[in-house]
Amino acid sequence: MASSAPRARPLSPHLSIWKPGPHMIVSILHRITGDGMATVGTVVLVWWLAALAAGAKSYATFTFVFGGFAGGAIGYLFGIGLTLCFFQHLATGIRHFVLDTGAGYELKGNRTGSIATMVFSVLATAAFWAYLLMVK
Amino acid sequence: MGNGTELGRVRGLGSAKEGAHHWWAQRVTAAANLFLMVWFFVAIARMPAYDYDTARNWLQSPWAAIPMGLLIVSVFYHFRLGLQVLIEDYVHGAARVLWLLVLNFFTFGTAAIALFAILKVAFTVTTGAPHA
Repeated sequence: MASSAPRARPLSPHLSIWKPGPHMIVSILHRITGDGMATVGTVVLVWWLAALAAGAKSYATFTFVFGGFAGGAIGYLFGIGLTLCFFQHLATGIRHFVLDTGAGYELKGNRTGSIATMVFSVLATAAFWAYLLMVK
Repeated sequence: MGNGTELGRVRGLGSAKEGAHHWWAQRVTAAANLFLMVWFFVAIARMPAYDYDTARNWLQSPWAAIPMGLLIVSVFYHFRLGLQVLIEDYVHGAARVLWLLVLNFFTFGTAAIALFAILKVAFTVTTGAPHA
């Protein structure tokens, strides 16, 4: 306790020494997709529910913005984007449950699991929208 | 484990406060969200159309209104915890306090609108409906 002045202390190895890998990508994807849904997704969902409650005229405004305007471009952008966010966040969320148990930290398995979440989210999004647009 | 040393508590270091509860609540709501959101996506896919009458009829059913209300509570609780971590990681100083307040207003405000909308649709008897 001789001196309380802060001294420059050695930092632990940081970003510069790591080789980028799938585990880093899915880590930041989990945050981006989660916080994207939390902000953008919340506004779209609450708008939809509020429009349903407010009446046919309000609902018409909602369907024009997401379905009518520019051939539904906004609807496709937000709809497909939020679907992709959902399936990615779901898959990386399950990955987190596995990691929480202490499993899945071996290099090879961790890498495979990380890549699998991205493969799953793209395939599930494609399947969901193919069903909406083609099967129905 | 316990609550750390007395010196650590005085300095406010370590997880002697609400860290463990935050972590646990995030997992519990995540598990609930898994079921509720999969239900929601299946329901969206199964809706015959997306016009006003169809969507309203769907939400009027207790089979849609109740899980929808649960979804709002669980998902919004979960995203409030997640956005809190985002703010704590990237915003520092006095601005952090401000953003955390904004987060609380945003979460409770949007949740109130969503829950009120669900209840209004569920409790409004429309003319021509079978139970009218």
